[in-house]
Amino acid sequence: MGDVYVIGVDMIKFGRFPEKTVPQLGATAALMAMDDAGLTIHDLQGLYCGNLFQASGMVGQKILREIGQTGIAVVNCANACATGATAFREAWMSIKAEVFDVVLAVGVEQMGKGLLGGRSGGSGVLKEGLLGSGTMPAVFAEAGMEHARNHGTTFEQFAKVSVKNHHHSTMNPKAMYQIETPLETVMNAEMISYPNTKLMCSVNVDGAAAAVLVSERKAREMGLSRAVKVRASVLTSDPFSVRDLVMPDVNAVTRCAADQAYHMAGVGPDDIDLVELHDCFATAEILHYENLGLCKDGEAGRMIDDGEVALGGRIPVNVSGGLLSKGHPLGATGIANIYEVCTHLRGEADQRQVPDARLGLTHVIGLGSACGIHILERAA
Amino acid sequence: MSQQGEVAGPLPVVSWLKLPADGEPYLEGHTCGGCGAVYLGSRENCSRCGARGKMAATRLSSKGKLYSYSIVYRSYPGVEVPYISAIVDLEGGGTVKGNLIHVEPDPDKVAFDMPVEVVFQDALGRVDEEGNHYISYFFQPAEDHSTRSGRVANPACDPGTTTA
Repeated sequence: MGDVYVIGVDMIKFGRFPEKTVPQLGATAALMAMDDAGLTIHDLQGLYCGNLFQASGMVGQKILREIGQTGIAVVNCANACATGATAFREAWMSIKAEVFDVVLAVGVEQMGKGLLGGRSGGSGVLKEGLLGSGTMPAVFAEAGMEHARNHGTTFEQFAKVSVKNHHHSTMNPKAMYQIETPLETVMNAEMISYPNTKLMCSVNVDGAAAAVLVSERKAREMGLSRAVKVRASVLTSDPFSVRDLVMPDVNAVTRCAADQAYHMAGVGPDDIDLVELHDCFATAEILHYENLGLCKDGEAGRMIDDGEVALGGRIPVNVSGGLLSKGHPLGATGIANIYEVCTHLRGEADQRQVPDARLGLTHVIGLGSACGIHILERAA
Repeated sequence: MSQQGEVAGPLPVVSWLKLPADGEPYLEGHTCGGCGAVYLGSRENCSRCGARGKMAATRLSSKGKLYSYSIVYRSYPGVEVPYISAIVDLEGGGTVKGNLIHVEPDPDKVAFDMPVEVVFQDALGRVDEEGNHYISYFFQPAEDHSTRSGRVANPACDPGTTTA
C-alpha cells in the first residue's frame, strides 16, 4: 500500500460573501487547488465534499455543476467542525484502498453572524440561561476553566493566545483579519463568556478550501517537488468520560487521536515543526498544547507565557492566525489547516514561513464529538 | 404531572426532573448494573461498558461540588445576563449543568469545589406556547440553608420564589 500525497491545495481568502452560494465558494477553491496541481476536472476520479449547514443539500454535486459534471463519485460529509478534515480523510482512504488515484477534497461553509449553540432545547421552554449555557463560547469557557482549576491557568494566559494568533494573521493575506490586538485590547473587549472575550472567540466567516490527493504512483509521475506526503490521518470519536454528557470532553478525543497519529507517522511531538490546531476559542488552544503532547500536562500556561508557540518559538502554533483571526468557516476549517501546513512545507509562506519546516500537524475538533488529526511531511 | 380532576400544575423543565405528587422534587439518573456508571436522565444501554438493558433508575443527590463554570454575558434576546453556568458533580455520581444562583457573577466570588445544593423553583417565569409554567433546578451555595427543602411553590402565586 503506497503513501498518499497532496499535490495541489488552496483556499479562498476568508471573508463574508453573501452574494455567493455555498457551491460557488466550494467551486472556486476546487478550481484553485486543481490549478495548483496542474490538473483538470477530467483527471479527477472522486470528490469528497465537507459542508455542515447544508448537509442534506448535495453540495458536492452542485460544485461539480460549477466545474464539470463528469459523473465521478461524490461523497458529502458532515461532522461538525471536523467536517473538512473528515472529507479529506475519506479522500485519503479512497486512495489508500487503491480505489482511486486522483481525488479532490473540498471543505466549504457560509456562516451567519452571532452565537452558535444553546438553542436546541426540544419541547417546552428555552433552556438557555435556565440550565446553564449551551452556547459555544460558554462550553469552551467551561473547558478552559477546568484547566484553570487543575493548573491555575489565568485569564491573562488565555488572552495571550488571542494576541499571538491575531499577530500571526497580520502576515496572512488570506486571513479574515490582519489586525494587531495587544493584550489589553483582548482582555478589555466585550466579555462574552468568562474567560472568553469577543476577541477570544473564533470569527464566523464564509470560506472554502480544497486539496487534490493522489497515489504515490501518480505523485511520482507528476513530480514530487511541491508534493506533501500524508504521514498520518486519524479520526476519533469521544470515548466515555464521566462528565461528557454535560461537558463535552475535547481532551480525551484529541489525546486518542494524537496517540494514533504519532504512532501511524512513526514520529513524536518533538519532531513536529508547526501545528495548526483548533483554536475555536482562546481557552481551547491552551488545552490542546497538552492534548497534542507539545508540552507536559500543566505546562500550557508557561508555553504561552514564554512564547514557545509563537512564530520563531520552539513549536509555532496557528501561524495562519488560527480560527481566532483567520476565521472559522466550519466545514472549510479542516482543509484550510491542511493548506496552511502544506504552504509551510513547500516553503511558500512568505513572511510567516516557519523556517525549514519538514513535518506539520493539523487538528480539528467537532463538538459532539469528533477529532481529526493529519501529520504532513515535505516530500522533496 | 397533572392529576386527574385537578388543574395542571407546573411541568418539569426536563424529563429527568421528577415532581412526585407526594414528595420533594429530585433529579433522576440511571445507574449501570454492569459497571456502576451513572448517567443523567435515562438510557437503554451503558456507553461506558456496553452492557445492555442493565440500567436502573436512581435518585441523584441534591448535594454536590462545583467542578467548572463560565460567567455568561452574551446570550440570546430574552435571556437575562450575566449568570453563572455551572457544572456540578453530585455526591454519589452524576454531573449536571445549570445556573448557579445566589453567588455574585464574579470570578473572585466563585470557588472550584464549593459545596452546592440543588434547589427547585419556577423556570424564571418562562412559559411555553400553551401558557404552561415549568419547574426548573438551580444550584446554590450549600452554606445557605434558608431555602432548603419544602414543597414546590406555585409559580403563578410567587414567580420569584426560591423555595425548593
